Amino acid sequence: MIFETTPSQTVGPYFAIGLPFDVGPLAVPEGTPGAIRITGTIYDGAGVPIPDFLLETWQADPEGRFADMYGYGEVSELPGFRGFARYGLEDGDGTFDILTVKPGLVPGLGDTVQAPHIDVSVFARGMLHRSVTRIYFADETEANATDPVLARVPVDRRGTLLATPTDDGYRFDIRFQGADETVFFDV
Amino acid sequence: MTDEVQTENGEVRTIYDPIADTPTSYLREPEGAHPSLDFEGYKSTALRHPKQPLIYLPQMVTEITGPQLGPVVVGESDHDLTIQHDGEPIGERITVSGRVFDTEGKPLRGTLVEVWQANSAGRYKHRWDRWPAPLDPNFSGAGRCITDNEGRYQFTTIRPGPYPWGNHYNAWRPAHIHFSLMGRAFTQRLVTQMYFPGDQFFPYDPIFNSVRDPKARERMISTFSIHDTVPNWAQAFNFDIYLRGPGATRFEEAH
Repeated sequence: MIFETTPSQTVGPYFAIGLPFDVGPLAVPEGTPGAIRITGTIYDGAGVPIPDFLLETWQADPEGRFADMYGYGEVSELPGFRGFARYGLEDGDGTFDILTVKPGLVPGLGDTVQAPHIDVSVFARGMLHRSVTRIYFADETEANATDPVLARVPVDRRGTLLATPTDDGYRFDIRFQGADETVFFDV
Repeated sequence: MTDEVQTENGEVRTIYDPIADTPTSYLREPEGAHPSLDFEGYKSTALRHPKQPLIYLPQMVTEITGPQLGPVVVGESDHDLTIQHDGEPIGERITVSGRVFDTEGKPLRGTLVEVWQANSAGRYKHRWDRWPAPLDPNFSGAGRCITDNEGRYQFTTIRPGPYPWGNHYNAWRPAHIHFSLMGRAFTQRLVTQMYFPGDQFFPYDPIFNSVRDPKARERMISTFSIHDTVPNWAQAFNFDIYLRGPGATRFEEAH
């Protein structure tokens, strides 16, 4: 390392004038076969929904392939698949709602295989750096059992990373503090 | 792998080949490279930081890849915040330009740079900014561009004003422009703020001072350039941005 990184600063309360874009919440185009909605609420340490968060997600497609800008990993062939969603509102109520497809298995280090997962960044006023977590899926019991990242998480906290099935997708709440504090990662 | 290109003034520059050089991991940053998530002077951090220790996430394919958002979000006049309305915004016209590098000093090309800011009176065009400074009908305060082959970006805008906020008695934010960088991978994602040299509010601002190392704080301050200043048109500020650089191994070895 020759240079030092530029330090992080908070996204502040007014990011909505610059960062959201029309199709931001859509990691796949509307009408994509098998599309699911992932919804949830983000809570602060007092259990109050955080209205002014910015959430971003990044993931593989159902075949475990990515839409990487330089074609890394296996390249997704799913039409219109972006694999990235950004959700943040000028007048938010603490909830998010993104449209995507459920990711598939993805290679891990060495011979390991990772369970379906979505990387998540949360930014907000009062957060001097992003917080990173991962969405896993509660109905992927078998894959989750051998996932190399979940294996690093204390058993009694793994549940905070599991999205639960709903009528049209999954629900994933994020809690910054408290008894059910979501697991956050050092990436 | 790299390419060499000759620039307009005859200088030969080395261009980063993104395919060959995309790393399998990014260097872990030293303690203090970024602010603490729990910073006493900035009150809103109290309920908005994790209390449990972060868990180490090995960087794998999800972390070393990232989207190409540029073509999706960047419009033709998005790099010029002074031409987005019928009239010109009020304030000091400035250019803000620089290069995006990784910590090896290699430029990141084709990466998305997004900015947003207050107007010259220090007011944001946002529903919840209610302090009594005027809005400018000719200024929205948001811009986007994609870095060129040398990692360069450039915006034309007006210099934002400082503004008060409620953190403590008589609290004012130093004038700043918010920056969002996608980098080339999830791991490189950065949101920061660019400040102006010599701001009178530096000593009093907990957000600026949440970066404890004075040298690291300097990396958030732009420099004025008389060389780049356009005569009879716009003052120039330069701001180079450094994102995390590669770790030791290459992608192919991760399989």
